[in-house]
Amino acid sequence: MLRQLFSFNGGVKPAYNKEQSNQMPIAVAPVPAELVIPLHQSVGGTPRPLVQAGEHVKKGQLIGDPDGFVSSSVHASTSGLVKAVEPRLMPHTSGLSALCVVIEPDGKDEWGEISPMPWRDMEPDDVRDVLRDSGVVGLGGAVFPSYLKVNPGKQGHLDTLVINGAECEPFITCDDMQMRERGETIVRGAAILRDLTKATRVLIGIEDNKPEAITAMKAAVTTTGESRIEIVPVPTRYPAGGAKQLIRVLTGIEVPHGKRSTDYGVQCFNTGTAYAIYEALELGRPLISRIVTVAGNVETARNYEVRIGTPMREVVALSKAKPDTDRIVMGGPMMGFAMPADTVPVVKATNCILVGSPTLFPPPPPEMPCIRCGECARACPTDLQPFEMYWFSRAKIFGKAQEYNLFDCIECGCCAFVCPSRIPLVDYYRFAKSEIWAREKEKESADVARKRYEYRIDREEREKQEKAAKLAAKAAETKAKLAAAGAADENKALIAAAVARAQEQKDRG
Amino acid sequence: MLEALLVMALGSVILGGALGFAAVKFRVEGDPLVEKIDAILPQTQCGQCGFPGCKPYAEAIAKGEADINCCPPGGEDGIRKLADLLGREFKPLSGEHGIEKPKSTAVIDENICIGCTLCIQACPVDAIVGAAKQMHTVVASLCTGCELCLEPCPVDCIDMKPIPENVESWKWKFPVFAIQSRKAA
Repeated sequence: MLRQLFSFNGGVKPAYNKEQSNQMPIAVAPVPAELVIPLHQSVGGTPRPLVQAGEHVKKGQLIGDPDGFVSSSVHASTSGLVKAVEPRLMPHTSGLSALCVVIEPDGKDEWGEISPMPWRDMEPDDVRDVLRDSGVVGLGGAVFPSYLKVNPGKQGHLDTLVINGAECEPFITCDDMQMRERGETIVRGAAILRDLTKATRVLIGIEDNKPEAITAMKAAVTTTGESRIEIVPVPTRYPAGGAKQLIRVLTGIEVPHGKRSTDYGVQCFNTGTAYAIYEALELGRPLISRIVTVAGNVETARNYEVRIGTPMREVVALSKAKPDTDRIVMGGPMMGFAMPADTVPVVKATNCILVGSPTLFPPPPPEMPCIRCGECARACPTDLQPFEMYWFSRAKIFGKAQEYNLFDCIECGCCAFVCPSRIPLVDYYRFAKSEIWAREKEKESADVARKRYEYRIDREEREKQEKAAKLAAKAAETKAKLAAAGAADENKALIAAAVARAQEQKDRG
Repeated sequence: MLEALLVMALGSVILGGALGFAAVKFRVEGDPLVEKIDAILPQTQCGQCGFPGCKPYAEAIAKGEADINCCPPGGEDGIRKLADLLGREFKPLSGEHGIEKPKSTAVIDENICIGCTLCIQACPVDAIVGAAKQMHTVVASLCTGCELCLEPCPVDCIDMKPIPENVESWKWKFPVFAIQSRKAA
């Protein structure tokens, strides 16, 4: 049966460069000499460390406890000794450090206690807790805690559950290879998600430049015998793998500004996330490794199953970086982030380690003035007006940039890709977004300070009044007492009372 | 003639009544300009401007009693916003009120603190917890960096520490490009 597909506006067709890394099967990367596991690996709060230096941990042991509602757990990726809990360089463009748990593996790779979860008999909230405690986050790159998304929504069930196997970004083949080799697990994971979200149908969208993955996944659906799951090849066009874009292509639903896909009965998960959810619920295994593509300026581009916390350098070494390598990028060429050093660890967001060289990715040519040609608006998959957002971001008129829905920008890079003036548009949007966030945060803390100051002023006033009232009451009481005692000379009696009080205090002291 | 007068008189009575009602019903509490100015001020409540807090300073600006360049924590950015709001010229920060410093929080050296509670009384936002003869500590997330606790401390155990940049507070920089020299032909 041919399903009717829809289309999103814009998009580009960069060279795929996928055939380099999808020739060989997934290899398991060896355990490194030292694992550096950052505590902050998902959207939301930084988990609190649960271990101390000198402690022994088992594989899969919880080492970071979620902090707040939007946060996810972190686990030890192998057994060994905790060497330190200290700030280490993060896989982040800033080149800043954050708290990491450093583990020296003992070589035994011993699992802690793990057991399959009887999730079918559990309350939905308990299943979500299990997913949170298993550290499952969106593995497509956004690393949003999955437990918050496994939700039937307001209407009690989803119409469509979209499993995202589009993998539109050039060079990256981790989902492709995982679908080819571990399709059955992904389909089973999708089935779990289908049951948890009470979805009427499950559509697994895969770009049609991955025929092997499509065949493998179709076979997996037949073998597992899962119902209501359909493999849908979608036309190859970047960024078809964006959640909103894939939802649009598969269902025709365009999620408007300020709404969520669940408002329309649709939810989207990455294939890797479906795999991790199967492992978490059916095997009781927390998320401690992921598939990582190593591609670009290497001898043998390939996919590896890498433990979280493995230094990128060691993964790159397996593929043998060529001598003229000058940088590594986490993610693909369109949306990736330059890493401050090759020693940074692989984290849950690392779908690809792209090795760069001056010949493979030459330095960007100088930026030319915007000529308002509108190419960027035609290429924008979210129907924004990139040139307007660019003007206002550049001029630091952030309010205006926000009016042009800057925050709907998914930073896919299509606009910069087509720009004839070679303006790094996304850099401007990132700059504007982080400035706006910083200002909002500042404003929030100023509001808190204002409230606390006003409260303090009120309190001081109230305390003053209370004190005055108390004193007055006490004076009246003494007076009344004296009057009752029938003291003839009031003043004398008052003095006597004061003397008595002073004497009493002296005795006590 | 009389009819016309009556109509006009009736009209003025009705309209006057409506206006009077509206004036009572939709009365604006406080000065909206003060609120707007107060929203721009950084709420450190530090008193460097010479007023006992941000709100009094906002009131003084609204009345025209104070200049817009007396708030060091608000910095240049704050002065620009005030100038925009009030339609005045931008002025550089007046030196007598202090200088713009990086945002900091107070940190109490807990080994030295004698538990005198003087800093607790000085803190305008109640960001210091402690009790008499007990160690005090600053709740960093609430501290506005006003420095008002430094002066009353008898043992000088409070330091201002600039807030370090972390991965979450890090901001993308404005894109800049090195001008490349043209290669010799």
